[in-house]
Amino acid sequence: MTLPDAEELLLKLADGIKPIVTPYTALVGIHSGGVWLMERLLPMLGDLEHGTLDVSFYRDDFGSRGLHAETRPSQIPFEVNDRHILLIDDVFYTGRTIRAAMNELFDYGRPASISLAVLVNRGGRELPIAPQVCAADIPLPDDQNLQLERDENGRFSLKLERVDV
Amino acid sequence: MFNPQLDRDGKLKHLLSIEGLPKAILNQILDTADSFAGVGEREVKKVPLLRGKTVCNIFFENSTRTRTTFEIAAKRLSADVINLNVGTSSQSKGETILDTVENLTAMHADMFVVRHAESGAAHLIARHVQPHVHVINAGDGRHAHPTQGLLDVYTIRRYKPDMHNLKVALVGDVLHSRVARSEIHALTTLGVPEVRVIAPKTLLPGFVERLGVQVYHDMRQGLKDVDVVMMLRLQNERMSGALLPSAQEYFKCFGLTPEKLALAKPDAIVMHPGPMNRGVEIDSAVADGHQSVILPQVTYGIAVRMAVMSILAGNS
Repeated sequence: MTLPDAEELLLKLADGIKPIVTPYTALVGIHSGGVWLMERLLPMLGDLEHGTLDVSFYRDDFGSRGLHAETRPSQIPFEVNDRHILLIDDVFYTGRTIRAAMNELFDYGRPASISLAVLVNRGGRELPIAPQVCAADIPLPDDQNLQLERDENGRFSLKLERVDV
Repeated sequence: MFNPQLDRDGKLKHLLSIEGLPKAILNQILDTADSFAGVGEREVKKVPLLRGKTVCNIFFENSTRTRTTFEIAAKRLSADVINLNVGTSSQSKGETILDTVENLTAMHADMFVVRHAESGAAHLIARHVQPHVHVINAGDGRHAHPTQGLLDVYTIRRYKPDMHNLKVALVGDVLHSRVARSEIHALTTLGVPEVRVIAPKTLLPGFVERLGVQVYHDMRQGLKDVDVVMMLRLQNERMSGALLPSAQEYFKCFGLTPEKLALAKPDAIVMHPGPMNRGVEIDSAVADGHQSVILPQVTYGIAVRMAVMSILAGNS
């Protein structure tokens, strides 16, 4: 299967986000792919407050999979109360990561709203959560894993792998 | 070699001692603690990782700071916490350690945090608990106090990130100190190239240099150019026999004063595991001075204990 060019999708994502951004919007990237995307989006969207989330402490599979071997500190250096927050992630799948991210955000304060922008929606959601902005819909079966990659020059590409289910 | 702390896959099952733990596991704990350090500064100082789990702090020996920081750590992970000062309850009625633990297991405890005056107590409990139960050693006799060793190296890493380029001095009562043993193992495992111990001969265990440390008996030589000064508490309550002439004499030779600290590097940090004997091992001017990181040690201790508990609970 031919995957779209991730760099082109990034431009499309920025175009999709622009209409919903206000000076009161804060961007929050979800580790790792979402943070990479946010870093590239920031210069395109203007000077917005921003932060990062690692949702390891809020995942719902801790009981079966334990703690992720590499956790990174979440950094939300702005006041969350009454803020319009735009979550950024690379691939939207079950919605469980976004559920965890929303729970974590509420431990920083009560945002006015939360929206979600993703590069790719691969289908398969298991929760009543859906992205407001999405650069591509690529429906995939469960045994396929779609991932954003970044080379040493910072260029993005998409990678598709078979996984055991 | 069988390591009672690790499961078949090499993952951490109990934390009993730093000795014998691979560097990768120490680094995993320190990196995870980095992520927990910010939780205490948020509006809601809790994460849901240990929701529904019960952590039992069993203290056969008194402690305020260690028990409190374990309790805060467990509560910030959303666990239910039960504190038992066993010294004042069942044991004084004749119950054995293992009977106490079996009773608590029957109440569905998932994790035991154990302090005991006898070396090896936590190890004994770890060998007898059910497979799903985790044990953390919060200090056993003169043997080990692994979370203290971990929070100390975590504090060092925060202030001096290049661990491979450090000179660290431990000063004081190494003989009676489980903290010193855990610190030495943590520092050498993480690749700190020069670890010194500075103490009178009567307060050093035999063959201490086999732990990979350099031995000094004179503060003026031992503190020269070090990056980190880790003071140890003079363990009055463990002192038996005439190991020292007097507390005043000890302070004169081995107490950390501003004059002696000036021999270390200008940006050296000063640490102490607490509780401090001001005027015995450390001068107040140093303890409260700008090079002191003694209170940050306490704060970081919570993040490190959260990291240990969540890694253990995740390895079930």
